[in-house]
Amino acid sequence: MTTLTISHLTKRFEGVTALDDVGFDVAPGERVALLGHNGAGKSTLMKIVLGLIPASSGSVALMGAAPGSRAARSLAAYLPENVAFHPALTGLEQLGFYLRMRGEPARGAMPLLEKVGLGHAARRRIGTYSKGMRQRVGLAQALIGRPRLMVLDEPTSGLDPVSRRDFYAILDELAGEGAAILLSSHALTEVEARTDRIVILSQGRLRANDTLANLRRKAALPIRLQVTARPDTADSVAGQLSGARRNGVTVDLMCRHDEKLARLGQIAGLQPLIEDVEVLPPSLEDLYSHYSRSEGQ
Amino acid sequence: MTRILAAAAAETRIALRNRWVAIAVAMMALFSMVLSATGSAPTGILGADRLSVTVASLTSLAVYLVPLVALLMAFDAVAGEVERGTLPLVLTYPVSRAELILGKFLAHLGVLALAVAVGYGIAAAAVIWTDPRAQAGLPALWRLGWTSVLLGATFLGIGYALSALARRPGAAAGLAIGLWLVLIVLYNLGLLAAVVTDGGGRFTTQVFPWLLLANPADAFRLYNLAASDATAAAAGLGGAASTIPAPLALASVALWPLFSLVLATLAFRRITP
Ligand SMILES: Nc1ncnc2c1ncn2[C@@H]1O[C@H](COP(=O)(O)OP(=O)(O)OP(=O)(O)O)[C@@H](O)[C@H]1O
Ligand SMILES: [Mg+2]
Repeated sequence: MTTLTISHLTKRFEGVTALDDVGFDVAPGERVALLGHNGAGKSTLMKIVLGLIPASSGSVALMGAAPGSRAARSLAAYLPENVAFHPALTGLEQLGFYLRMRGEPARGAMPLLEKVGLGHAARRRIGTYSKGMRQRVGLAQALIGRPRLMVLDEPTSGLDPVSRRDFYAILDELAGEGAAILLSSHALTEVEARTDRIVILSQGRLRANDTLANLRRKAALPIRLQVTARPDTADSVAGQLSGARRNGVTVDLMCRHDEKLARLGQIAGLQPLIEDVEVLPPSLEDLYSHYSRSEGQ
Repeated sequence: MTRILAAAAAETRIALRNRWVAIAVAMMALFSMVLSATGSAPTGILGADRLSVTVASLTSLAVYLVPLVALLMAFDAVAGEVERGTLPLVLTYPVSRAELILGKFLAHLGVLALAVAVGYGIAAAAVIWTDPRAQAGLPALWRLGWTSVLLGATFLGIGYALSALARRPGAAAGLAIGLWLVLIVLYNLGLLAAVVTDGGGRFTTQVFPWLLLANPADAFRLYNLAASDATAAAAGLGGAASTIPAPLALASVALWPLFSLVLATLAFRRITP
């Protein structure tokens, strides 16, 4: 049984098709990253999942409940992009408010703030918080009441590197308890290490939906061999290996996975001319551009 | 219910910190003090105690001031949240929009009731201190108090509805002031002009009383004047007030808050964050 089921989801604004026949699932305990360029439709998809805006067509179900129904709302937690709070309230009061909105006592506010590292600022007004501190208040409210589905829109934007690590640690803990997590991000490297599956949207269409390893395999992007030549030999190395000279000493070779060893053999044959060689697998950025460019696939 | 109270508690804190509580109380207190100072000169009206006379002037004051204070507190309620961007998050919580509006309403109504109590309390204390016999007017003052709160409730609801329709605090403030001018000032001037032109014809006897009842501020004034002969006499409006039965005016005063809250909820429901 999946926690979140999205099928044939389409959303049209006047003149813009923000989502076009998108469908995927998120299972309990699974962490899914939603990637896509600016305006790809990530936030729109999340708002529809939470029932904030209606879909034009298609269906969404949260453990069988319709988005926006009271049942669905008590299952899901949300961290909007650019989360905002009333500046006149303190962190403690704001969180107490959200706790009571979920039917829990306000005294749970302090432990939650401590969990996101805001214990020291709990009694200050949110108007005096930094961007990262506000983001953490947003995260703290999303942790209330053990949600079964967490929808986090660019949750690590504004967080420093240490806070990001702490944030993913909290996420792992929640996923370990069976929460389904859908998060959007532009920080590809952290997504690589910290999520189970990747969904790529481009211009409102679903371009990819798989584990990172599978996406790598299917894309079969070329591997880059970066050869460092000895001084003044770069041109002849580039000529003999039919590669492209990048600067005074570096020559780039692109090859398919199955050609890699043969190419390395050729390079080894030119040993006197060569200082070093590095093998660079396709980066996540390469993979991302590959999938977000491929039209219709 | 806990959700409504949670929303009310947060809103009360915000009202305190934004100085709305101080402003509302100070406005009511100031105007009441001015009134009781100027109204303390001998009036020479037979059969009216001094407090009832003060209540009559407070009634005329409340008709202007209470709706104004209520609209000032209410205009930002929805539009401010839209502008700050706090709405999407709270709308994903298992709470209905009616509950959110009711929470704000309870908080603002509390502030308003406090302001009314302080203002009228000062006026009454001043009068009774100079003339203990004025205690005879206390029932009229009490009636003025709770009807003022109902009048404020009506304009809070109307303010929320305008706030939700405008979606921007600036536009909402403009709408609120415009509505105050129309309902409180222009409406009566218009009616007066119509009555004068009509010269006691069908409009004056058949339509005019209902138009007065339909306006919450006029119904409030009518009820307070009609319910107390002394006050009506003191205000010199006994004739006009007596053409409309007091229970009808009371019904209008009591139903308007409900009606305006329904309007507010409907307007709030139309907002997609
Ligand atoms: N209320 C709206 N009215 C009209 N168009 C909208 C509305 N909301 C979003 N759009 C459009 O829908 C598309 C998707 O927007 P969305 O906010 O979902 O992008 P995103 O993937 O979250 O981008 P980003 O990475 O910049 O946050 C954009 O073209 C946007 O202009
Ligand atoms: Mg977005």
